[in-house]
Amino acid sequence: MSVQELETIFDNKLEREIRIEPKDWMPDNYRKNLIRMISQHAHSEIVGMLPEGNWITRAPSLRRKATLLAKVQDEAGHGLYLYAAAETMGISREEMIDQLLTGKAKYSSIFNYPTLTWADIGAIGWLVDGAAIMNQVPLCRTSYGPYARAMIRVCKEESFHQRQGFEILLTLCRGSKEQKDMAQDALNRWWWPSLMMFGPNDDNSPHTAQSMKWKIKRFTNDELRQKFVDICTEQAKVLGLAIPDKDLKWNEEKMHYDFGEINWEEFNNVVNGNGPCNKERMAARIKAHEEGAWVREAALAYSEKKKQRQTPTAA
Amino acid sequence: MMQDSLIDYTLHLADNSLIMGHRLSEWTGHGPILEQDIAISNIALDLIGQSRNFYQYAAQLKGGVTEDDLAYLRDATEFKNMLLAELPNGDWAKTILKLFFFSTYQYYLYQKLIGSTDTQLSAIAEKSLKEVTYHLRWSSEWVIRLGDGTEESKKRIEKALEELWDYTGEMFLPSEYESECAKNKIGVDLGFLKEDWMNKVIQIFAEATLPSPKGEPVPTLREGQGVRLNGKEGKHTEHLQEILNDMQYLQRTYPGCEW
Repeated sequence: MSVQELETIFDNKLEREIRIEPKDWMPDNYRKNLIRMISQHAHSEIVGMLPEGNWITRAPSLRRKATLLAKVQDEAGHGLYLYAAAETMGISREEMIDQLLTGKAKYSSIFNYPTLTWADIGAIGWLVDGAAIMNQVPLCRTSYGPYARAMIRVCKEESFHQRQGFEILLTLCRGSKEQKDMAQDALNRWWWPSLMMFGPNDDNSPHTAQSMKWKIKRFTNDELRQKFVDICTEQAKVLGLAIPDKDLKWNEEKMHYDFGEINWEEFNNVVNGNGPCNKERMAARIKAHEEGAWVREAALAYSEKKKQRQTPTAA
Repeated sequence: MMQDSLIDYTLHLADNSLIMGHRLSEWTGHGPILEQDIAISNIALDLIGQSRNFYQYAAQLKGGVTEDDLAYLRDATEFKNMLLAELPNGDWAKTILKLFFFSTYQYYLYQKLIGSTDTQLSAIAEKSLKEVTYHLRWSSEWVIRLGDGTEESKKRIEKALEELWDYTGEMFLPSEYESECAKNKIGVDLGFLKEDWMNKVIQIFAEATLPSPKGEPVPTLREGQGVRLNGKEGKHTEHLQEILNDMQYLQRTYPGCEW
């Protein structure tokens, strides 16, 4: 079959909302784009374990400790299924991890911000997981089958995490003055970085148009960001917290909230490695990887020995 | 009197699980292999869950306190966990061996504790035993893998053995409250555990192609120097205070808050 014929079959599948599966023919750029997206997503889960993991040993009650630990563990699980989904496209986990550790692959910039107080754990759950869900729910219908299926599992757990985060903040907001201040301070620090999680504006997003055409993405960055602002603004009222944006105002005509301009200079800086914790996050991943090398070697050596012992020697 | 011993005994069981779980949770996000990061976090989670069951029971026995009061507002000298649990993780080999010794202990302890005349302790032991059976299997497999893996992994697990062996004797040295509870058929007679524990260690070490530990578990630490630590009686290493500094800091800094 000619490439043109294959392309017609591929386009036709997209048209009819039939999922593309690993064995199907797909354009090289579709594959490349998806590997980039899925691996970035997997890396984000793994790096994302660090800022929250910081607070496992300091969680203020046994219940909070257990739920935070379970949450961070869920993120490792998400990383695992996402790496597996990317592997169906012909890249190995080792290659992907190597790309992460050498700085060739990116991860969500939000994890380059520090977690300074317990309220940050609430803010991450509410805003960061909230933004992630907003991005990820449409990915449950993404055109590549393994990614879509992984996202269904991920989204179920993420929405649980988001409720936990909101509940942490609600408890703080109903507590002492210090606790409420802690919550407000966390919102002040996490609000804008959370809006940045949707990526550049549509007119400035290099991958969006093609990804929409391939039905990898279903909504544009700006559409999702608007939806997020609308929802969070209402939720902040329930908490009694003020969103740190003087331009935030209901627009009766659009039936949406207007909001202020994102500081794209900060966004670009953090993406390019100059955020508050980029170096620490990478250093932590590299340390875990390097210090784990002898463990992986030992596991491999043992399984080789075991295999050899099990293979009966030819007479 | 018996009531006090029962409370202390329950707290001892709770503290063991909490402190061990807390230590293991330090690996979360830093494990050598993603699957093993998940596994060790899972074990940490099981242990924290066990500790909550014991703390809730202890809180009920004491009256007027919560599980969090017991975990977050007691001082290091009131903690009754074994020293083994509070030792720093060290490398993967040390963590694994520490967990293996600990899980073997919990495995035989809970098997016997199911027979306790105290229905609460018996129920918690029964529920926990299922989890500990997995912890024991997982840590045994890793001891074997490291012992029979590469030269380096063998060297590291042997070094871990050297560092940890002195802390194993405490498991079998009963405190007063343990003896009291054992006498009243509420707790476990530790004398009956030692042989099973030792046999398991010898069996797994043999599979791991490691030499058997020399001699019996030593019940005292640095006896020759006149220093005697005993976690069960609240005489801890300095590591426990370090753990509590982190763990208790929010509850201590903002007393009386809901979290």
